Amino acid sequence: MTDTVNVTGVTKSYGKVPAVIDVTCSLKEGETIALVGHNGAGKTTLIKLMLGLIRPDSGMVRVLGEDPAAGQFAARRRLGYLPENVSFNMALTGRETLSFYARLKRVPLDTVGALLERVGLAGAADRRVGTYSKGMRQRLGLAQALLGRPRVLLLDEPTTGLDPALRHSFYEIVAELRADGATVLLSSHALTELEGKADRVVIVNRGAKIADGTIEELRQIAKLPTRIRVRLAECEAGKVDDWIGRTGAWKRINGHVLEIDAEPSEKISLLRSAASTDAPVVDLDVAPPSLDELYAHFLGAEEAPQ
Amino acid sequence: MMNILIVARKEIQEGLRNRWVLATTLLLAALALTLTFLGSAPTGTVGAGALDVVIVSLSSLTIFLVPLIALLISHDAIVGEMERGTMLLLLSYPIGRWQVIMGKFIGHLAILSFATLFGYGAAAAAMAATGVPIDTASWTAFASMILSSILLGAVFIAIGYLVSALVAERGTAGGIAIGVWLLCVLIYDMALLGVLVVDQGRTIGGGLLSALLLANPTDAYRLLNLGSESVGALSGMGGVADNAALGPAALIAALVAWALAPLAAAAMVFARREL
Ligand SMILES: Nc1ncnc2c1ncn2[C@@H]1O[C@H](COP(=O)(O)OP(=O)(O)OP(=O)(O)O)[C@@H](O)[C@H]1O
Ligand SMILES: [Mg+2]
Repeated sequence: MTDTVNVTGVTKSYGKVPAVIDVTCSLKEGETIALVGHNGAGKTTLIKLMLGLIRPDSGMVRVLGEDPAAGQFAARRRLGYLPENVSFNMALTGRETLSFYARLKRVPLDTVGALLERVGLAGAADRRVGTYSKGMRQRLGLAQALLGRPRVLLLDEPTTGLDPALRHSFYEIVAELRADGATVLLSSHALTELEGKADRVVIVNRGAKIADGTIEELRQIAKLPTRIRVRLAECEAGKVDDWIGRTGAWKRINGHVLEIDAEPSEKISLLRSAASTDAPVVDLDVAPPSLDELYAHFLGAEEAPQ
Repeated sequence: MMNILIVARKEIQEGLRNRWVLATTLLLAALALTLTFLGSAPTGTVGAGALDVVIVSLSSLTIFLVPLIALLISHDAIVGEMERGTMLLLLSYPIGRWQVIMGKFIGHLAILSFATLFGYGAAAAAMAATGVPIDTASWTAFASMILSSILLGAVFIAIGYLVSALVAERGTAGGIAIGVWLLCVLIYDMALLGVLVVDQGRTIGGGLLSALLLANPTDAYRLLNLGSESVGALSGMGGVADNAALGPAALIAALVAWALAPLAAAAMVFARREL
């Protein structure tokens, strides 16, 4: 797979405020990447750098082989962008707005109707954008980003304001684009929503990249404990205490429930002991670390040395 | 070139939709018709052509109104789109920033031209309909008045863009636009007149006066339309025009320069601006 976007050692400050600090990452064809970070982490700035809307103070950005800030537009024709607060001129209709952007991208105008249909705006296409709800504007924003079979899509917090139904169809569209070989970058505050949607996660914190990898890789790096919870059978107290003594550090939640945060290395042996015939256990739950915990771990690891 | 036309087309579409075109055309037509019929009473006694009188009154109207309308449409063009967030999306498309400015310029100028042509054209049509005899020279003067009014509009649209590209907030752009209007339309002339009266022709000769008049686009426009032959006698501007020794070519060149320089400056400032 070839790289579609390359960011090498890029730093960008607004006055004295560092927004992006020495970030290096590359995005590949057919890959869906989650760009995760808290408010002000530098996600939007990074996307603007990839679009060439701002220039890096140092470092290099290449999108589809071009410097996006250099003023050549061949790459931009194959690029889709959805800003975080997308807005349009209120006076024009949805169809007129989309036609305008289609003309700029030299996309045949007869695709506009189908695209409006795809994002569920067919019924409102000939109403003024000023009368649209926030979710409808977001849909129109998505529609313009999809104009002309883009090879790279930069979507800044794309699902804010979308209802669950459209959120679902949004991720379907993303899956289609991925199947079609497009690079899709999704920025978000929370990792949870992107579970199973992104091939790779890039976490930024205060402008610096602090993690980059698949969710599985991140889990392995973080070595977060898995929470195992067991429900005890009705039996005399001594037997339970005896069993706890033999197996190690179970925590008592109440009379019937025990819990342990198992390190990856001891997980299997703990599960074996809880599932053995002599264990006074009637039920067992295993909860792998949630993505939020994973995210919190990386942020925490970054804060700790300071 | 294609991109410029696409943007221009959208500006016109927007202007039609939010009634800018309609409002300015009606305003100019209403004022022009009023002036035409108020002004037609003394025609016979002065002995000038009926249309010449209209040219004088419409030129005076233009000097106040066209810069105001032009600044109103243009001061918001860049900073307003930035504040609303539409500029961010537009610039992510394969379009250069200078193309955005040129497209807007052509679109806004088309709106203003339409309003001027039909607004003032209504006055001329009404005059012709009443059966007053109008000679060819008057028609030519009238046509050149309309063209130069559009040129004056272009000047202030360009100045409005420069203001819009420089400031950080829409409110500031509005304030500066009003300041520019007051300066060009009122303050400059009053100050110039004051200086001329005090000076009594001792240090300010024809050359310096010409330069001073060309330094304000509304004065260049005034001289262009009110300084020539028959109209000049009517407006009392003939004397100033002779003193300043400025031909129509110089005046038109000054107006064109006044449109192009701020436009180029606006494009340059906008190109450097961070989003
Ligand atoms: N135009 C600007 N002028 C000055 N500072 C800016 C500008 N844009 C961003 N910043 C600063 O850069 C930093 C990163 O901002 P950025 O918008 O990239 O964050 P973000 O990760 O997108 O946050 P959010 O999740 O809130 O959208 C912040 O500290 C912000 O204050
Ligand atoms: Mg952001």
